[in-house]
Amino acid sequence: MDNFPTVTAGTVMTTQAHRLSEKKLRKLKEKAIEVVLFLAALSAVATTTAIVVILLYEAAGFFEHVSLVEFFTNTQWTPMFVNPQYGILPLLAGTLVTTGVALMVAVPVGTIVAIYLSEFAPHVVRETVKPFLELLEGVPTVVYGYFALLFVTPILQIFIPDLPGFNMLGPGIVIGIMIIPYIASVSEDAMRAVPMSIREGSYAMGATRFQTAINVVLPASISGVLAAFILGISRAVGETMVVAIAAGQQPNFTWDPTEPAATITAYIVQVAMGDLPHGSIAYQSIFAAGLVLVVMTFVFNVLGHLLRKKFREKY
Amino acid sequence: MTPSELQSLRELIGRHKRYDILFGLIGVLATLVGVITLLALFIDLVLDGYGRLTPEFFTNFPSRRASEAGILSAWVGTALVMLVTLVAAVPLGVAAAIYLEEYAPRNWITELIEINVTNLAGVPSIVYGLLALGLFVYMLDFGQSILSAGLTLALLILPVLIVATREALRAIPTAIREAAYALGATRWQMVSQHLIPYSMGGILTAVIIGMARAIGETAPVITIGALTFIAFLPPAPFSLDPVTGQPAGPFDWLFSPFTVLPIQMFNWVSRPQPAFLENAAATGIVIIVATLVMNALAIWLRYRIRKNLKW
Repeated sequence: MDNFPTVTAGTVMTTQAHRLSEKKLRKLKEKAIEVVLFLAALSAVATTTAIVVILLYEAAGFFEHVSLVEFFTNTQWTPMFVNPQYGILPLLAGTLVTTGVALMVAVPVGTIVAIYLSEFAPHVVRETVKPFLELLEGVPTVVYGYFALLFVTPILQIFIPDLPGFNMLGPGIVIGIMIIPYIASVSEDAMRAVPMSIREGSYAMGATRFQTAINVVLPASISGVLAAFILGISRAVGETMVVAIAAGQQPNFTWDPTEPAATITAYIVQVAMGDLPHGSIAYQSIFAAGLVLVVMTFVFNVLGHLLRKKFREKY
Repeated sequence: MTPSELQSLRELIGRHKRYDILFGLIGVLATLVGVITLLALFIDLVLDGYGRLTPEFFTNFPSRRASEAGILSAWVGTALVMLVTLVAAVPLGVAAAIYLEEYAPRNWITELIEINVTNLAGVPSIVYGLLALGLFVYMLDFGQSILSAGLTLALLILPVLIVATREALRAIPTAIREAAYALGATRWQMVSQHLIPYSMGGILTAVIIGMARAIGETAPVITIGALTFIAFLPPAPFSLDPVTGQPAGPFDWLFSPFTVLPIQMFNWVSRPQPAFLENAAATGIVIIVATLVMNALAIWLRYRIRKNLKW
């Protein structure tokens, strides 16, 4: 580009050279912008990497003092005691119980809402209900915690008189209500992706809407609906403030939802609220607990997305 | 067909029609569960906390006496943390979305980025708190400050922002891009002069949804060590320190200890005295009104955009 005959350089030639250098500059600028944008996109990968590295690094310090066997078999979690015990089972049990209660609420209700919105509801109803469900999803979890502790639990105490003020049932139900919109919207997406011709085939055979929904649409969209359940589990497992406020924060190895117990997330909050010296075992223990949480949600997320993708490919 | 067969057939059809109507009713009820919960939640909060919503509640610091306690430090903290989140997350999120939607070649790096964005959206928020505790608070030594909290929440809402911005960009027809190229525009000229202005409404919606999520987030901010009892405000730029008499630097507030509204609520709800529960409810009203207004704004904006689509 630079080998222009400068000897005969007239005005034409200089403007041409000028234009060329301008073009070069512009290309350079374009390239620079692309690199900047690429780096911004790469921040997602950097965040994931940072999460994994930080959790592994701090948890490694923890597992220098506590063996994996003790971590997964000991049924006591008492890091603050003089004679500390580090068994994740009580926290894991608390997490599983609250998640289980949440699913018992969210799976039936969420599925019925999805079927109703996708197969029964007139257009107007669907368009009005969906924003409402979105608002329900937007309510901050700390407010749901207040609601679980001071509204749902007192109501439950009418039916179960000896239910303690802190218990896993109330927060579990509230988490269930919280994830209804999510389960409903993911399942509804799956149901609406079922081609109209399949439904029409069923209607032509004389089936009612209900028969079509249960016998045709639901089976056809089942992997999408299952994906919704699994992604819902992942959300319930990671839910923090509702259980931290309303389930009590004492680790308690039990499968009974009417008892108080701490979950993995509630434990992290409880420790973070106190002033822990950086680098102590108790400080490292929240990273070990966080690692268990990340692995659990990661497995559920991957499973859910695989199911969802499989479903999308079908039609 | 005998009359009795006809009779049983009619009964069968009638029964199934009844099931159909019955399920329709159950569907309405199930859908109402959400709406009723939202109403119950709101009414419960208002009944418990309405009496505390006085002007002093917004201008007082937290106090040991429930009736004098207010949320001044909490709402100022929330506003400042949101400012940091906005400044950090919006350019990063929009740039990432533009890259993925308009620039990215189809290769394994792009695939890797996409998988990461999807996966990050599913990571529990408290894990971002652990990340920030290790990375921002101790490794980068930002301390338990407004800066750490703002950056944490920025990372948290990044996937939301990226996904929603991409959707806004995808809604712009290819013809617009081709027209720009046909007039000799470079790719960045096309993006900056056409795509960004046209998707502005969608990007704004994404930003509002992201900020509405960030404002109510509690767990990650607790994890990085926000305090629950703060009886002072972060130093305003160039204000004089009452003790040393030195003027504060323009960015000193970024490194100040702080508290935010949800943490203030959590602190009050954890206390046994009923008077503090009233404070918690009042704080809850403030938070929920803020998030609901933002969410409603986003929903309305999206509705308007859909209605006014030029293509």
